[in-house]
Amino acid sequence: MTAVLTKSTAHSIVEASPRAKAVAGGLVILYAVITILPLLWIVATAFKSQSDAIAYPPKVIFQPTLEGYVNLFTVRTRQTPDFIAKLPPPETWYDKLVRQRDMVIAGPSKVVPRFVNSLIIGFGSTFLAVFLGTLAAYAFSRFRIPLADDLLFFILSTRMMPPVAVAIPIYLMYRQLNLTDTRLGMILLYTAVNVSLAVWLLKGFIDEIPREYEEAALVDGYTRLQALRKVVLPQAVTGIAATAIFCLIFSWNEYAFAVLLTSGEAQTMPPFIPFIIGEGGQDWPAVAAATTLFVVPIVLFTVLLRKHLLRGITFGAVRK
Amino acid sequence: MAQIRVENLRKSFDQFTAVEGSNFTIDDGTFFAMLGPSGCGKTTTLRMIAGLELPTEGKILLDGEDVTFRRAAARDIAFVFQLFALYPHMNVAGNIGFPLKCQGMGRREIRERVQETARLLRIEHLVSSKTSKLSGGDRQRVALGRAMVRRPKAFLMDEPLGALDAEFRHLMCGELRDLHERIGATTVYVTHDQLEAMSMADQIAVMNKGRVEQIGSPQEVYDRPASMFVADFIGSPPMNFLRFESGLRSGDRTVAFHSVSVDVPEIREDRASAPLALGIRPEHIRFADEAPVRGEVFGAEYLGTTQIVTVDTPHGRLAARLPSSASVRIGETVGLEFHSERLALFDVASGLAVRTANEGRVRHG
Repeated sequence: MTAVLTKSTAHSIVEASPRAKAVAGGLVILYAVITILPLLWIVATAFKSQSDAIAYPPKVIFQPTLEGYVNLFTVRTRQTPDFIAKLPPPETWYDKLVRQRDMVIAGPSKVVPRFVNSLIIGFGSTFLAVFLGTLAAYAFSRFRIPLADDLLFFILSTRMMPPVAVAIPIYLMYRQLNLTDTRLGMILLYTAVNVSLAVWLLKGFIDEIPREYEEAALVDGYTRLQALRKVVLPQAVTGIAATAIFCLIFSWNEYAFAVLLTSGEAQTMPPFIPFIIGEGGQDWPAVAAATTLFVVPIVLFTVLLRKHLLRGITFGAVRK
Repeated sequence: MAQIRVENLRKSFDQFTAVEGSNFTIDDGTFFAMLGPSGCGKTTTLRMIAGLELPTEGKILLDGEDVTFRRAAARDIAFVFQLFALYPHMNVAGNIGFPLKCQGMGRREIRERVQETARLLRIEHLVSSKTSKLSGGDRQRVALGRAMVRRPKAFLMDEPLGALDAEFRHLMCGELRDLHERIGATTVYVTHDQLEAMSMADQIAVMNKGRVEQIGSPQEVYDRPASMFVADFIGSPPMNFLRFESGLRSGDRTVAFHSVSVDVPEIREDRASAPLALGIRPEHIRFADEAPVRGEVFGAEYLGTTQIVTVDTPHGRLAARLPSSASVRIGETVGLEFHSERLALFDVASGLAVRTANEGRVRHG
């Protein structure tokens, strides 16, 4: 039956014609190229030399160099050729690379601690937002809560104003509480922003899980919390993964609050990257190198969870 | 095994009262069906017995022990859901063994008990398969297995056959009844399907708008409905009602039905003149040329061994169940004779049955 149906596509109203498929495919490929091109350009720029990076017309073919990465990870000082000649021979390949430009490495740059900050703040706030969001969403989904609809609206309304509108009050509040430029402060802030998204998304997912599952577990001897952990959560994994990705993407990329509230200790990558300065201005290869490294964790995280993400986004659209 | 007692049970959600002052006792080993249209409060009552819902008022006793506010897990009862609620992340054995795992039983003992339960339900060949691969009937068997494996005091079933197709439902009805005979556990079975209730239950509670209208054996509920609702809800086609107005005197054997006198079972109470309804089951109507109640044949529905003939009378439309051999012509005028001993009388205002000898006959017969 199905075999027959799939073969007779000519007049099928559900299956697209080959031409429509070709057009759709072409559009998707075009879109993919347009989105991927800037990324490729950034990855390529990271391997260019300073002059190649700002050459006009832009260079597609160039001599690759690791200068950008070396510059990203180090702080250098310029010396006279005499001074450099007197030094013992370079110990490593990057020492050598730097000395070719009449410079010596003075020490490591701040990129590693900034990256660690991003990891701690990004994943920490994602974990907290998803954890709190799951509990709240479960409660909203399962219990009779007075004014539940209003509460849900309040939760959503925290996302309605632009960050700039609350930036100053938050800054003043943070200064009072000594939370400016602390990892804890940033984690709390991103958690607060993300938890509304998490509650709404997860409520949808948990609503889809029939109550009977946990009720069966309750009758069979579980407490409410055990039923949540061992029966509901395994079935909500898809939704939790999708929510976690959205939360992580937000807190990972957040720029405005990071600029405003962090300057040293707790600075994350987004405010750090644009201010990588080389000799005579922005060090574009180093900026590109930082951007490339910055994108890697989120790409990895998304690839690891992509199976869930795909199911998660379409979840609830079709009744099984 | 246990006796379940429900005293003055009431449940309201905000403005809406789902269950109103229910009182009943389910004896140990009884197959008790709660029957009623959707929204009548039967499921809410069941969920309160299970501990999934807390009552607004009243008491629930299991074997004389007050469990009204005890956690579901602490009541030692098992619940079978309409949608089976099998855990999709576990296989059949995992599902059946789950309640034992909750109790912290050893792995080997769990395996033995699961095997034993599977054997009882004849699903041994399925224990290691995924639940998503099972047919509706097999899923239901697994759900039953999960309920049985713990050997609980009572089984509570919420329309367990509602999600199955008609053919399977019939088969599972037989299986459930058979299972009940073998293990003899107290079972509370919620359904809106009178056939399921009639064919399986020892006792039926018919519920309407949060109230229990009648409790009795299937025969009692069918032959001696306590109210017009019960009479109408049970039986297919339902009981016919012919409206009239009259007073009643204890000891009378006839009632003045409009201009004719109709034989009824001996009346056991006095009543002032009020609107009444004569209740007649379709199978208690015969066509007789000389009968004083007359009507015109409106249509006939052939059902194999019998046929349902619809007759328009001046006092309302009637459905009569006649042998299919009887020849009936649409439009012809017929006389209607009733099986007088089986008639029922109802007070239209309250909907309650008038006490007659019929009541006694059924109760003691």
